[in-house]
Amino acid sequence: MSNTNSLKMDKPVPASLLDSGSQGIIGRPLDRKEGPLKVTGQATYSAEYQIPNLAYGYLVGTKFGRGKVTNVDADSVRAIPGVIDVVTDFKTFLQNSQQGGETSAPTQGVQDVHYFGEIVAIVLAESYEAARDAGIRIKVEYEEAEGRFDFEAHKDETTKPPPNNIPAHFKQGDVEKAMADAATSVDVTYTTPSQNSSAMEPHASIAVWDEDGALTLYGSYQMPTSDKTQLAKSLGVKDKKVRIIAPYIGGGFGSKLGIAPESVAAAVAAKQLGRPVKAVMTRPQVFETTVRRSNTEQRVRFSVDGEGKLTGVGHETLTSNLPGEGFFEPTGIGTHFAYSGENRLINHDLVELDWLLSGSMRAPGEAVGMMATEAALDELCHKLGVDPIDFWKQNEPSEDPEEKIPFSTRQLVRCLEEGAESFGWSKRNATPGQVRDGEWMIGMGVAAAVRTNMLMESSAKVAIDANGRATVSSAMTDIGTGSYTILGQIAGELLGLPLDQVSVVLGDTDLPDAAGSGGSWGAGSSGSAVYLACEMLREKLAKAMGCDPETLTLKDGQAIADNRQVSLGSLVGDGIEAIGSIAPGKMEKDRKQSSYGAHFVEVGVNATTGEVRVRRMLGVFAAGRILNAKTARSQCLGGMTFGIGAALTEDLVHDPRNGKLVNHDLGEYHVPVNADVPQIEVHFLEERDQFANPIHAKGIGELGISGCGAAIGNAVFNATGIRVRDYPITVDKLLDQLPPV
Amino acid sequence: MKTFTYEKPASVEEAVGFVGEGTRFIAGGTNLLDLMKLQVETPDKLVDISRLNLAKIEDTDAGGLLIGALVPNSDLAADTRVREKYEVLSRALLAGASGQLRNKATTGGNLLQRTRCYYFYDPAMPCNKRAPGSGCSAIGGYNRILAILGTSESCIATHPGDMPVAMRALDATIITLTPGGDRRRISIHDFYRLPGDTPEIETVLEPGELITHVELPAPVAGKQLYRKVRDRASYAFALVSVAGLVSIENGTIATAQLAFGGLGPMPWRDSRVEESLIGKAPSDEIFAAAADILLANAQGYGSNDFKIPLMKRTLIACLRELTA
Repeated sequence: MSNTNSLKMDKPVPASLLDSGSQGIIGRPLDRKEGPLKVTGQATYSAEYQIPNLAYGYLVGTKFGRGKVTNVDADSVRAIPGVIDVVTDFKTFLQNSQQGGETSAPTQGVQDVHYFGEIVAIVLAESYEAARDAGIRIKVEYEEAEGRFDFEAHKDETTKPPPNNIPAHFKQGDVEKAMADAATSVDVTYTTPSQNSSAMEPHASIAVWDEDGALTLYGSYQMPTSDKTQLAKSLGVKDKKVRIIAPYIGGGFGSKLGIAPESVAAAVAAKQLGRPVKAVMTRPQVFETTVRRSNTEQRVRFSVDGEGKLTGVGHETLTSNLPGEGFFEPTGIGTHFAYSGENRLINHDLVELDWLLSGSMRAPGEAVGMMATEAALDELCHKLGVDPIDFWKQNEPSEDPEEKIPFSTRQLVRCLEEGAESFGWSKRNATPGQVRDGEWMIGMGVAAAVRTNMLMESSAKVAIDANGRATVSSAMTDIGTGSYTILGQIAGELLGLPLDQVSVVLGDTDLPDAAGSGGSWGAGSSGSAVYLACEMLREKLAKAMGCDPETLTLKDGQAIADNRQVSLGSLVGDGIEAIGSIAPGKMEKDRKQSSYGAHFVEVGVNATTGEVRVRRMLGVFAAGRILNAKTARSQCLGGMTFGIGAALTEDLVHDPRNGKLVNHDLGEYHVPVNADVPQIEVHFLEERDQFANPIHAKGIGELGISGCGAAIGNAVFNATGIRVRDYPITVDKLLDQLPPV
Repeated sequence: MKTFTYEKPASVEEAVGFVGEGTRFIAGGTNLLDLMKLQVETPDKLVDISRLNLAKIEDTDAGGLLIGALVPNSDLAADTRVREKYEVLSRALLAGASGQLRNKATTGGNLLQRTRCYYFYDPAMPCNKRAPGSGCSAIGGYNRILAILGTSESCIATHPGDMPVAMRALDATIITLTPGGDRRRISIHDFYRLPGDTPEIETVLEPGELITHVELPAPVAGKQLYRKVRDRASYAFALVSVAGLVSIENGTIATAQLAFGGLGPMPWRDSRVEESLIGKAPSDEIFAAAADILLANAQGYGSNDFKIPLMKRTLIACLRELTA
């Protein structure tokens, strides 16, 4: 009998065993399993492994934006005490990071330099301080070339990129005609700047080669299974010769989906030195050489007929990336199904620039796409004199407006209605600029949230040992989201064990392959793999009990059937184990699967200075089963905080003279601080999605950011009557339209 | 980080004895350490003064306060005398940095905080202040937080501090010990230098001269405020800020002390602004006129143009509050 329980989601799973478990821990707001380790410093992050004979690396970036390196002058720093060597490999070093999930090497080769700060060498020393001194002082000779550093100057020269989950171009019906025939319409252009997720833990790798030519990389990566393949291909070694270990990751938000330049630099240097090498990016390097979210310029059009029904939706976007990299920010990914309207045009075009790579950052697509569409929709509602919630009720699609398939679940209108009720939306004065609190102009805004749900191939092993304890193991990661806890809760619920009787081991490519964390697919994908492994274990336990699995009750470490009670430990002999494996199937095409939500925001805008302060926020979300009410809420709080940053503060500035990032640190790239984040409330609607996966849960990590920024912008409009279409909404953009002092 | 030697003198006299090229005093280190890691500053020798006996706040015979150079920002902000009589200073201190930084940052060090110009902080780019003669990247570049007053063709950096703005409004005196062993009293109005063509020289301190105290004169009557406008609610440098003390007698403005942050290479004060207000009844007209005097020579450099109208609006609102 195979020890693997595999499921391809070709049909729905109407009944989930999680609804009939007896342990009663699924969904509960349990504390993170690894929380005490993290707050006491015992959780070991990539840069913290104590490896004997370690050499410290400092990555050397270019001081020009486009051109050719002619010489890395190692002799210029060899005399610095402690310096071991300078390593470079113009062919093997990575030009830039790889996108997530790819199984090819990133673009390699660093002699031709494509962006300011590109990593061209690594200095090795006996201490980090010596390596840094040499790394800063080393002479890199180069020939500078003309570059494309200015988006505005080049935005008319576009290319059509390859698909990125959605096709670059999509057309249905005739938007031009719908606009011409419309009773009311809006045609507005919104822009968002480049952004960086700047996770708290910088990108870091320690590379250790053994005598057999196998590489172990302690690397802060979100998707170890595919990252291992990327790394192996970059280095020209076999997959099985590479192991990535990443049990704790201090945030990733997409920037650690694919391997980044420090991994290969460390591996190449370690090989050449015959010593383990550590390479940790400085904060400016995280900004300059990992991945940014592209800036966007988005033209949004909505047309409605005389009855107020949407007839057309246009969403045309320009984004930027390095030449040949292809990835485009899929701003229209949510537009495809969020809005009804028979006539549709959703296009994405790329402007190739000599700026660092653009790629995934929390909710690629929806996060910035909905900042445009939900603000434009608010403009439309204002023009129509209709409350946005009433507009949604009237225009809520009954099926996917393009693929004409049913939604697996869609509680968007309920999210809006419940949010309106709790937030006191009815107290909003729809006429802008009417509410004052001293010097502060007060306004409310609302926006819808949608986020595409994804299921990815993943596997996990679950074992029960002779003491009746369970261990879950998988190459899945916990990037700060709560994976350890929810996977433990799923196993505990299904095997009848309290959470402390379930160990969870993650972040090691020697464990069963998993899709890792990204795209909010982690919980649904690896949670389903754990579910399937447990399902098989339950069959084994039933067999050992001599009963049907359906009549077996598992609770508090006891198996109960036919009036008999046996401890799990004594039932499993030396121990049992099973592997669960999930894969996407026909359900992806049969049902449109997405999570939904609604954001409600109240802001104050200072009438003198234009400073915007968020006063309160509410998010109501429907994302299938909530596996842990506390970690799910934390995900939403984090997403909404990202939303505040996107709306009000975050703006990665490229110097148009050389592409250099001007504000490449946390002092000047402004993410929200505590004082910017008000009391945030999060509500979840009860939901199960039987089409998504056997645990009936959907992605939540990216739902909280989607639409949030637009709700803030809409609130600023309600407060002031000023519509800022160029995010972030900073004082300088409001100043000249504020009332006279 | 470049290798350096480290000295821990037992007295201020011993501390100033370490004078020499490439020597820097270190107290809280909240600015210097960052700059050393980036090798914007590369001292050969650090003289650690943090344990010297300079952390007291004492009453002076003149009715003012003598503040030791090592009094942490947090302690100074929380001092009862400061909170009651020099509210503007307490508020300015609390508007700066974060709680952790204020616990480490010192009174003397904060006066010498260096600019937060993006290009000064980045050794990959030319900067006349960091590398004299290399050029100014901020002119023609991104300059949102940079200066609109007191700039030169070689530098448009702003002084980033909040506390020094309040100190300037309060007519503070900076007391130093020179390497020769002399005490020097320097009015804060004479302490900072405009960049001209030597933006690397920021104050009148001689090499090796150590700030030991800051003296505040007796408190003045009237209202005080510190208002800081910034890009996020905390932990951001001022776009513009106002430290103000105004008193009214018989319906007219009797005294006005106004200093400004975010505008220039030093905490800014312009006596003509104050003179334009004194003796007049408060009104929006005289407030606007005062702002126009302040900003008459203001020059924007592109991304900081908005500071001019922002400053005007903010000053009018502050004067209204101070005279209400």
